[in-house]
Amino acid sequence: MNALAEAIRPEEVEAGPALWQREVEAVGEALVSFRQVGRQFQAGGRSVQALQEVSFDIRQGEIFGIIGRSGAGKSTLLRTINRLESPSSGQVLVAGKDLSGLNEAQLAQARRGIGMIFQHFNLLSSRTVAQNIGLPLKIAGLPQAKIDARVDSLLQLVGLEGKRDVYPARLSGGQKQRVGIARALVHQPELLLCDEATSALDPETTQSILALLRDINRQLKVTVVLITHEMAVIREVCDRVAVLEAGKVVELGPVWQVFGAPQADATRALLASLNHELPADVAGRIVAEPATAQAELLLDVRLDGVSGQDPALGPLVAALGPATRLLHGGVERIQGRAQGRLVLACAPQSRNRLGDLARQLAIPAGNIRILGYVDHA
Amino acid sequence: MPDSFDLYLTAAWQTLQMVSVSALVSAIFGLALALLLVTTGPGDLYARPWLNRGVGSVVNAFRSVPFIILLVVLLPFTRLVVGTTIGVWAAVVPLSVAGIPFFARIAEVSLREVDRGLIEAVQAMGGRKRDVLWHVLLPEALPGIVSGLTITLVAMIGSSAMAGAVGAGGLGDVAIRYGYQRFDTQVMVSVLIGLVVLVSVVQTAGDVLARRLNHRQ
Repeated sequence: MNALAEAIRPEEVEAGPALWQREVEAVGEALVSFRQVGRQFQAGGRSVQALQEVSFDIRQGEIFGIIGRSGAGKSTLLRTINRLESPSSGQVLVAGKDLSGLNEAQLAQARRGIGMIFQHFNLLSSRTVAQNIGLPLKIAGLPQAKIDARVDSLLQLVGLEGKRDVYPARLSGGQKQRVGIARALVHQPELLLCDEATSALDPETTQSILALLRDINRQLKVTVVLITHEMAVIREVCDRVAVLEAGKVVELGPVWQVFGAPQADATRALLASLNHELPADVAGRIVAEPATAQAELLLDVRLDGVSGQDPALGPLVAALGPATRLLHGGVERIQGRAQGRLVLACAPQSRNRLGDLARQLAIPAGNIRILGYVDHA
Repeated sequence: MPDSFDLYLTAAWQTLQMVSVSALVSAIFGLALALLLVTTGPGDLYARPWLNRGVGSVVNAFRSVPFIILLVVLLPFTRLVVGTTIGVWAAVVPLSVAGIPFFARIAEVSLREVDRGLIEAVQAMGGRKRDVLWHVLLPEALPGIVSGLTITLVAMIGSSAMAGAVGAGGLGDVAIRYGYQRFDTQVMVSVLIGLVVLVSVVQTAGDVLARRLNHRQ
């Protein structure tokens, strides 16, 4: 018990070291396996296919993200794991076991190994923080002394020692979610399901909750599955991501790969919110052909991070010439890989050296796009 | 006049007896009915759509019969249950039979207002159906149920006036026999003041209790 409380010290939470380059051994074999999972709903006389042919594995120890627009089936998919939803076809295995054949008592027992947190927290208003956290243990029939000890250590884990006997109505959104997390961890589950856990929180609180989830994953070795419609959440904490569109998985892979080189339209649409669109003042002046000798060539360079090298500026300038200017863009590190987009202005004759530039930056030639020319009147 | 003071005291005691016993019976059976109505609908925890519709219809039927008619119609049943058709206990039966469906519908509303997300949360933490009833539905709806019981009590105090028809006595009966039929304004006014005080006390106590139990703000 104390080991759990001590597992995460405040200073470690603060420091948040970039542990992205994680040992391969840390991520084990499949903890959750979806096998051809389908789910149909009858809605107003017609049937809706919420999930179709979903097949993939979630590995032990990873933080797996499932992203998609609302109505894409994320929530249904997540709920098939702890069987709050039953698939109409296919199989969901958790630690190799199919929960479909279980009776009520067995299913309740199995669910104790799977924690879950919710967008709207779902705390009981009639119970204090401590009573909420202890409820799963009370339901399981543990003696009150054991419940109290466990609740105290979890309060410490989520940093709410002072709120023990407060009712949830008196807590902020972030505090409520911390109670939700503590409640979800009370049975020491191997797996934590997060249903849009940060969607009702402000950006700052979102960051602190994501940091807590990351620490729980790292320190307590809890596998985390989270669904969200926010790409930023995936980028922040996930190791791998599946993109869901109309009930199907359209893309799946390490986060840096899916973000750096999205293959599906649905992924690109979801990424649009993160992309740096061309500012209006630049976009408004672009012309297809240079009109004057002073015209500059505009390039859009997409850094996909595949090479794993950080983009070097020297070779870039060497390729494009000393007059090269940076107009717009941004680079972010996702899982230790620099990704982003740069809009550069350079001399028109650099046009012939784009292949060289692509080589220097270790990106495919297709990632460099000519936007047009800007004339300086 | 010590005589009429005695009269009031006896009447008040009779009213309290009738109402408290009927309210207790209504609370227990009404709550059970409300739980049944809330949990047996299509897609609910214990989905039994036919049972649900049947019980709903019976509740509606009893609720549509005027109390004074119910009082008379139930006479054979009353005799069966309490062995007599006059007196306080004879009034308890029709008051309860009217109170059960009345309170059931009010409690049903409170139970339905409980967030479905809470039910899901308790199932996800390894709770069974009975845990959902015991740890979610009842405690979360409790403030509303208490308020509903207050409304039921006040309505019952009103209905108990008609119980005079079966010789149960009570404050309402005194008001009708002395105040209305004998044109004794003093008795009428005194009884009315007594009823106003009684209703105010019940309502205030109910409000205070409901507020104490409500931790939503």
